[in-house]
Amino acid sequence: MSSNVSSPEITHAPEHASGTGRIWKTFWVLSLLTVIELGLGYLLYWKHGQWGYAPVIITKLTIAVLTLLKAYYIVSIFMHLGDEIRNMIMTIIVPLLLFVWFIAAFLWDGNAWRNLRNTDAGSRPDQTEQHQKHVPAVDKDAKK
Amino acid sequence: MGEGWGEAIMSTTAMPTNTKWWNGGRSPFNISYGKVMMWYFLMSDAFTFGAFLISYGTIRFSVNHWADPNEVFNAFPFAGHANLPLAFVSLMTFILIFSSVTMVLAVHEGHKMNRKGVEKYMILTIIGGIAFLACQAWEWTHMITGDHKVLVNGEIERWGTTVTKNPWGPHMMHNGEMVSTPGPIAFGGYFFGITGFHGFHVFSGVIINVVMLIKTRLKHFDQRGHYEMIEKAGLYWHFVDLVWVFVFLCFYLV
Repeated sequence: MSSNVSSPEITHAPEHASGTGRIWKTFWVLSLLTVIELGLGYLLYWKHGQWGYAPVIITKLTIAVLTLLKAYYIVSIFMHLGDEIRNMIMTIIVPLLLFVWFIAAFLWDGNAWRNLRNTDAGSRPDQTEQHQKHVPAVDKDAKK
Repeated sequence: MGEGWGEAIMSTTAMPTNTKWWNGGRSPFNISYGKVMMWYFLMSDAFTFGAFLISYGTIRFSVNHWADPNEVFNAFPFAGHANLPLAFVSLMTFILIFSSVTMVLAVHEGHKMNRKGVEKYMILTIIGGIAFLACQAWEWTHMITGDHKVLVNGEIERWGTTVTKNPWGPHMMHNGEMVSTPGPIAFGGYFFGITGFHGFHVFSGVIINVVMLIKTRLKHFDQRGHYEMIEKAGLYWHFVDLVWVFVFLCFYLV
């Protein structure tokens, strides 16, 4: 038993890498993912008002997937969850899977509310697109 | 795996190998009570933050127009009125990622029982946390005090962004000038509520890290024989970074 085992009930401590190479590698991966996210964010900015619905949604979903990837690296490497035994990993990850339903159901519901409002609960066609066209601001609010 | 343990249990109880973790006398998750409880606390906190963000998403999906983050968050300290979308929040993101790295390096030094190393990296982590809080204070001040022309009932008013006023609605022409109209009132409440709740976590994290630094300097962990408290504080600090990754996504990027 090595000196860093903190309780007699723990018979084995995860092998900690002696170097810090893995930590720095994770730092560069996280930085790279953030830079790609920012690049996609700027792409959305430059293409604002020019792109249709589908390319915007696809770009935003890509950013969300990159965010999940960052979350994986933080939890697995920085929080060392990847070094724990499988039972421990599962007791954290499985409850969090509720988020899949949680996100899908609530965003779906929000969207349904928007449709109800825009169509007076289905009694008229949705004409939001025609009279709510986005007009980009020319003058970025000159202050005072 | 502790070889002696496994064989002793096998010979006396003849349990199948895959259940031996649960025979008692050891932690079935091979992790101390404190760390298990920190993980479960963080899981419950993840649900709290998740509920906030999903509530925000639901409201945002239910309206036709939402504030454009590239228009709202385009300022940078000392840059005047330069249009720099995403720049400042990127700085905040990198500050938090970097303070996560110094935290995990502190944990690493703790495993090696290197008190000086732990102290050095805890100080760097605390500086990172304070830098992030300072950035957030500047951002909030800029949001609340920066006024913007808004067309309200045919009159031009100047609004800051608060929990009751949202100057980031759809634009329209008014007397030959492009002006904004009031946007959904929920924007300010969600923005200040969620970033504030996250900022409060950063603040608590800084306090916890300061306490850990003091305890390290007082050699409490050397006397105890392990630096597990640094690991637990580290779990909390990384969680704060983890939440920011999602706040960054939901408020600034999409």
